Amino acid sequence: MRHHLILRVITKLLVGTIILFALYVQFHGDYSPGGGFQAGVIMAAAFIIYGIVFGLNKVQQVFPAWVVHKLLALGVLIYAGTGVISLFGGYAFLDYSVLTPEHPEHGQHWGILAVELGVGVTVTGVMVAVYYAFAGRPPRLGDEEW
Amino acid sequence: MLVVTAIAVVRIRSLFGVAMFSGMFSLLSALLFVALDAVDVAFTEAAVGAGISTVLVLGTLALTSRHVRPSKRSPAIPLFVVFVTGAALIYGTLDMPNFGSPDAPAQTHVYPDYIARSQHEIGVPNIVTAILASYRGYDTLGETAVVFTAGIGVLLLISGMRRRRDDDDEDESRTS
Repeated sequence: MRHHLILRVITKLLVGTIILFALYVQFHGDYSPGGGFQAGVIMAAAFIIYGIVFGLNKVQQVFPAWVVHKLLALGVLIYAGTGVISLFGGYAFLDYSVLTPEHPEHGQHWGILAVELGVGVTVTGVMVAVYYAFAGRPPRLGDEEW
Repeated sequence: MLVVTAIAVVRIRSLFGVAMFSGMFSLLSALLFVALDAVDVAFTEAAVGAGISTVLVLGTLALTSRHVRPSKRSPAIPLFVVFVTGAALIYGTLDMPNFGSPDAPAQTHVYPDYIARSQHEIGVPNIVTAILASYRGYDTLGETAVVFTAGIGVLLLISGMRRRRDDDDEDESRTS
């Protein structure tokens, strides 16, 4: 897509905004619609659109495949780790009140934030990894055949 | 409009058009969810259905071919199955309570409890998030694990095939 000047400029403008919006959806999920799943998908969309317009190599310089593969597991670990922390505090698995025992409501806030972060990280990782897997194979269809 | 889009998806032979129409279908269903006040679901549908999956379908198209080969089998049996299933589903909806009825099981089971308790127990204004991440934390952990497993599966399948083919290429270059 070397010749699509408008696409390249607009993409450069948009990618930052998309990532910002993903972070907003991620950390504002307590107050407005959204949460980890949606934020992860939007975050992945930012990388995917960058990959489509500038090529797979460019996006893999920013976000290498091995980092993505680590992120897949990291998200689940964050989520399950939050549960294990509450176990060590003497509460039930995934009972977030443990985080601030004197004020359980705040603990719930922190816990939700942590597990949503875990969800978001995993979903971003999976979406980008699947995109890399598909786009990394040599296409059989030439550009003009579309 | 949903029905028209669905029929278009079935009838069009060009797979590129089909991909675009399924994106439109997702976007329309997202609008439907907004109309039903399920903004969180609509958000997901718009992002996943209309955004990512269209890109992935296009990516798959680049690996295969652009057009469907018309099938030679008669469509009678699949059509019959679809109609019977559809009729059974519609028959099932007859027993369902009216939309928004206060006696519906969805309104009477645990949800009044969640709505009453979540504000002072969790203190999160978005009750959907409170239920998803706190009351049903186990379910969401399971969903995350499912997403993780699916990602690993795709990686194993697709990257594994590529590696094997690379090995074959190397073998060929060695023998030649």
